[in-house]
Amino acid sequence: MTKKILILLFILIPINANALIEVDITRGNLNPLPLAVSPLSIDEESRKGFEKILKKENIGSEISNIVENNLRTSGLFNPLDKKAFLQDPDIANLKPRFEDWNLIKAQALITGKVNYVDDKLRVEFRLWDVLAAKEMMALAFTTVPNNWRRVGHIISDKVYERLTGEKGYFDTRIIYVSEEGPKTQRIKKLAIMDQDGANNKFLTLGNELVLTPRFNPASQMVTYLSYFKNMPRVYLLDIETGTQEVVGDFPGMTFAPRFSPDGKKIIMSFAKDGKSDIYTMDLENRIVEKITNHPSIDTSPSYSPDGKYITFNSDRSGYQQIYVMKNDGSDVKRISFGNGLYGTPVWSPRGDLIAFTKLHKGKFYIGVMRTDGSGERLLTENYYQEAPSWSPNGRVLIFYRETKTNSKGEGFSAKLWSIDLTGYNERQIKTPTDASDPSWSSLLSN
Amino acid sequence: MRLNKIFKNTLLVLAACLVLSACATKKEVATDIQGQMQGDVYTGTDTVEYLADGVPDRVFFATNESILTTASRETLRAQAAWLRKNPNINVVLEGHADERGTREYNLALGERRANAAKDYLMTYGISSDRITVLSYGKERPVDSGSNPLAWSKNRRSVTVKAN
Repeated sequence: MTKKILILLFILIPINANALIEVDITRGNLNPLPLAVSPLSIDEESRKGFEKILKKENIGSEISNIVENNLRTSGLFNPLDKKAFLQDPDIANLKPRFEDWNLIKAQALITGKVNYVDDKLRVEFRLWDVLAAKEMMALAFTTVPNNWRRVGHIISDKVYERLTGEKGYFDTRIIYVSEEGPKTQRIKKLAIMDQDGANNKFLTLGNELVLTPRFNPASQMVTYLSYFKNMPRVYLLDIETGTQEVVGDFPGMTFAPRFSPDGKKIIMSFAKDGKSDIYTMDLENRIVEKITNHPSIDTSPSYSPDGKYITFNSDRSGYQQIYVMKNDGSDVKRISFGNGLYGTPVWSPRGDLIAFTKLHKGKFYIGVMRTDGSGERLLTENYYQEAPSWSPNGRVLIFYRETKTNSKGEGFSAKLWSIDLTGYNERQIKTPTDASDPSWSSLLSN
Repeated sequence: MRLNKIFKNTLLVLAACLVLSACATKKEVATDIQGQMQGDVYTGTDTVEYLADGVPDRVFFATNESILTTASRETLRAQAAWLRKNPNINVVLEGHADERGTREYNLALGERRANAAKDYLMTYGISSDRITVLSYGKERPVDSGSNPLAWSKNRRSVTVKAN
């Protein structure tokens, strides 16, 4: 629903300058850039107008809080305490007193204004380079008031992109599996939320087991595994309309589904007679193709961003390892050769890395390697964690972690976590229930 | 062909018996503290239910394996005999894995384990029409513990009456 609403975007004054911070993807950013997010200023009449519709006392502050929170959780920025701000929001938006902002060590400043115009929310914001004492970017949006959170995320994306030179990932959603109940009889539901945990919604009722949802990168479709009628099959769900359908007509379990990068195919495993092979189904003409043909278990497929290659998990060598092949199934090459077992390979949206789960000596790791298997880096170690999913800019990985139970088998929990590609900035993503199998959407706007 | 296979199975069973008795004389080296595991295969009866008198409903597996142990073969032969006596009963073989693996691989592994049991039932004359395979991967453990004994109970294929 919200995605169909057009967000009008005007570039007020385009200015070109270099990125303020250099994002180093191998060493991490240990000195996040100090910046000030001034609350968006709002006139009294607009404030009252929005208070009535949105039940928020000051929508200007609410939007700036979203921006501040996004930038902080990225780990690349250090938003300064608002109590230290010397200049009022409305005046700062007209012309910042750079000396004041310099004094509190802000290197960048975000200011803006909110208006209630013709039942619409109009937001303008400016990004200022404090040291150079000049404006870096100015944009304005007009949208329906209910979209206010998305406005905050879009501003965050614009600021992130302008300051780092990389696309942001804040105007995105996460689909995941909500979990409740005892470990031996978990109730699982599909759930969706904004990247920052807001707007959580359940998509299924929990009557049947559901697993491993994935977004279509090109639309509002989701593919997942459901045990409807005790027949584990891959399903397709339209989140806008709620309609569901089984993918293909297979005489057995289909599982581990994902979309191709253009969103036109589903790639998945089909298990029969103790063997699991990888298949694709074209969503337009429904043609099914068998991609691998081996007596082993072949699963967890993931396309390269150009669609030309597929990485997947196979135990054809005896144990779980990661392989890469051409999209027609030819030229199969094993790429994981380190100690331990490797699973769930996921090709980075940037194309250069494959994220994976590794099991070694009783510990689980999330790691990345180049697409030829070289340069393996383990980002995080734990009792149990798996199934990384990339942010659309290829900078952050989201995954889930399960706890070890005590001697009585109590204390089980499953939570979502994210970590920067550098291995820094590990964070739990709060969910209303336990959670697993997260999958990150593409950017909703560009 | 079939006779040949049965003969081979018998040989395997005999060989396994020999190995086991050899182990037993060596002070049960491979037996777990609670005496409920051999290697890392569960040999206890805590979680086992019975389809009929003397017909256990489940077989257990080693980590990452789908090979049937001697005890599993014995259980499955009892199940096959019971199924031959009850030709109207169909079964679902539910394959499971422990929690120490990735979810998707475990789904495939559960399917492979249940199929190992199915193949064995078929060599003892049970038609594949009477058997449905259903994998739960690591989704339905019987023991919620995070220790080797709990995991061994969870690596299983359970034969469940379908009608």
